Parts: sequence; C-alpha cells; structure tokens
Amino acid sequence: MYLPDFDYYAPPDLSEACRLLREFGSRAKILAGGTDLLHKMKHEEFTPEVIISLKNLSALREIRSEPGQDLLIGALATQNEIANSSLLQEKYRSISEAAWNMANNQIRHMGTIGGNIVNAVPSADLPPILIVLGARITLVSTEGERTVPLEEFFLGVHKTVIRDDEILTQVIVPAQTTTGSTYIRFGLRKSGALAIAGVAVAVTMEGEICRSARIVLAAAAPLPLRARQAEQVIVGQRVTPGLLEQAGLAAAQESRPRSSIRGSTEYRRDLIRVLTRRALHKAIQKEHI
Amino acid sequence: MAEVLTDSGQRKYHLINLNVNGDTRTLAVKANALLVNVLRDQLDLTGTKKGCELGDCGSCTVLIDGKPVNSCLVLAVEAEGHEITTIEGVSHNDKLDGLQESFLENAAVQCGYCTPGMILAGKALLTHNPHPSEKEVREAISGNLCRCTGYVNIVKAILAVAEKTAPEEGEQA
Repeated sequence: MYLPDFDYYAPPDLSEACRLLREFGSRAKILAGGTDLLHKMKHEEFTPEVIISLKNLSALREIRSEPGQDLLIGALATQNEIANSSLLQEKYRSISEAAWNMANNQIRHMGTIGGNIVNAVPSADLPPILIVLGARITLVSTEGERTVPLEEFFLGVHKTVIRDDEILTQVIVPAQTTTGSTYIRFGLRKSGALAIAGVAVAVTMEGEICRSARIVLAAAAPLPLRARQAEQVIVGQRVTPGLLEQAGLAAAQESRPRSSIRGSTEYRRDLIRVLTRRALHKAIQKEHI
Repeated sequence: MAEVLTDSGQRKYHLINLNVNGDTRTLAVKANALLVNVLRDQLDLTGTKKGCELGDCGSCTVLIDGKPVNSCLVLAVEAEGHEITTIEGVSHNDKLDGLQESFLENAAVQCGYCTPGMILAGKALLTHNPHPSEKEVREAISGNLCRCTGYVNIVKAILAVAEKTAPEEGEQA
C-alpha cells in the first residue's frame, strides 16, 4: 500500500511551521505521529499536496506543571509519554490511564495527544476525559495565538473550529477542584480496537452528596457529547446505586450513536447506560485524580 | 532539512542518512516513501514483513530509538536522525540472540510471518524490563497479531529468556 505524492517540509521551528501553513492553507496537512493521517492518506480520504512535519519541534513534547498551577501537555506528547509520565500518574491518573488503554504499544509510541484531538473522530479516547477536566487548547498561527475550551472545539466528524492556518500546540488542564475522574471504554478487543462506546466522568463529592458532575460520551454522537441530563440526575443528590442507574439511563437516552460494523445504535446505547453507571461509581470512589 | 534533488521529470527526492542496525545508509527517497518499503526494497532488509499496512497487525514492527513502531505508518524522511533496528540487527556475527534461540526452543514459530515483529516487541520489553510478568509480556506484544500459535509459546519464549538472566538486587524475580 503506497501513499499519494506530496511535497514535504520539516520546519526547524514553530514560526516557520506557521508561515508554511499560512502559505499552503487547506492544501497542506500537519504531520505529527502519523498514525491517523497516513492511514487516511492510504485510503485517499485525505490527499494533501503538502505535508508539514512537526518532527523538529521537540519543545511541543513537554509535559509540565507548577504546584497549584495549570498542567501543560505539549501537542506532540505521545500516548505512551502521557501514559508513562510520573507527573500524570500522580496527579491526573485518569488521563494517563485513558492514554494507556486507547491503543496498542506500537501506536502509542507514535500517536500524539494533538493528533487525537485535531482529527476529530467520535471514537477518540482523549477528548472526553480532557473535556470533563475542563481542558483548554492553544491554537497558534502567524496572526498570534488563541485559547479555546476543548468542549467548544468540535463541530462534527473531522470538523472543528481550527482554521486552515492554525496549529494546535498545547493542552491546558486547570488545577482541579473535582474529587475524582475516570474514563472507561469498551472495544471488541482489549488491544488495538476502536472504542464502540466510552464514558468520561469528573465529580466533586462532599461526603455522600455529589456537588458537581461532568459526563462526556465517546462514540455516542458525531462529536464528544456532554450528557447534561445524566449530570442533572445526580448533582445535589445523595449518591445511591439506583441513582447511578438512573443517570446511566439518562445518558443512554440523550446519546445518538450511529450504527456501524462495530456496533448498532441500540447496542451502543445500552453500553453507554452501563459504562456511565460504572464510570460514575469509579469516580465517586476515588479520593483524587 | 535534508537536501532535495529534482530529476528530469520534476520528481523530488530527499537525500537522507538512515541509521539502520548501526550502519549509516545514505539514500534518495521520495517524500511519500514509507519506512517499511525503503527497508525492504532499497536496503534489502526483507526480514521486516508487510501485513495489514494499516498499523493493526504489527508484522512490520521495527525499533526506533529502542521503541517498537509500525514501519508501515512512518515516512522514511521522518526516520532520519533516529536509530532504527530491524530483525536483521538483533543477531550478531551470525549468532542468534538469546530471544531468537528461545523462540526456537519453545516452538514459538509456526508460519513465521509475525516472528520478526514479535521478537522486536519482545526485545524492546526485555531491554527496559528484564524480568516482566506474564501480563507485561502480553501487553508488550498486544500490537502483534499471530494467527497460528495462540500466543502461548510466544509468551513462554519471552518469559524463558527473562528467567535465564539473574534478577538484579532488590528486583523481584
């Protein structure tokens, strides 16, 4: 299997990358890990005339945080770098676990957090957990930079608010007041299978009372879907097993998954009910993220 | 950035230095050349196999800077500046590596198509974790599909090498 022809640039720094992207616009694609882009180019879903590689932009791989401050994850951090980061394992275990479970080892060594976001596919595993934690992203162009809440980034399948001349450079996760979070997914195999459904949850508990809850569903709509009805079921309430089941039912009802070879609409809905209940249970039990 | 040459048909070739199995090879490759094809067709390193060519099966696994990746999803131009190890670089002076011997001893090879990728995934694991648990072995080869063996003897072969080397002080055997 071969790739169509394209011109290739590997700019030495971000400003040159932005300048090239400005010049070529929609005729160009940004190459990070390549696990999604090259796959789609083999099927001619994408046929860019120009590839702009970010391989020389090693500053965009960094994962760092100051105590009490935001956590910054460079867009080029690979899934394995996120899964194995001691900083994330300590303070944001739900993000590192989501990265660990999303793909096999070979893909995790190449695939990046930026790619998982920008490709904007409904089954992507990192956006839901990042959205429930209130993440923002930085988009840079020759005009300057802007910060967008990740929740407002997605418009549909392969559709986002990113402009043709913008590059995603980092993910910002704010210091948390939530008490627990998790992302759980179901795929047909443990390894190397896309999520048929996934549920991310972040909660703030005060004793047995749920003070706040954010729930975001993967593969449940054309974009990561905030399950607001399900959130309303549990916020302000004393948590009981029956209440979690009700929240699961609400999430299933407001989801709108498509039928595909991997799972029918009905099957995915029922998965969302079960996964929402389990994810809430897990996030409520956890003392910290 | 690598030098770009243009031929009479206006095709562009990138002059790259690839470090493969310890040797530096200078090559002219088109931007769309995939690492797996350059290894097999230009460098005659046909031990690296092509299976699904979509990053699912792991038969094209090579190590880049010691990490297993699917060479069907890597551009050759992107691999410049990194150390690449293929199955041909695992044995030295015509003597099989301990892990390769272990695959033979434990009958971990049937048709053999997945074997180069399995051995490289196993090598990468054992290099940074010389005494893995069975679960860690299974996780390490989870990106490599085998349709013959049911994986039992492959897992056994990797664990057998781990048992042969003495655990370091303070490490649990």
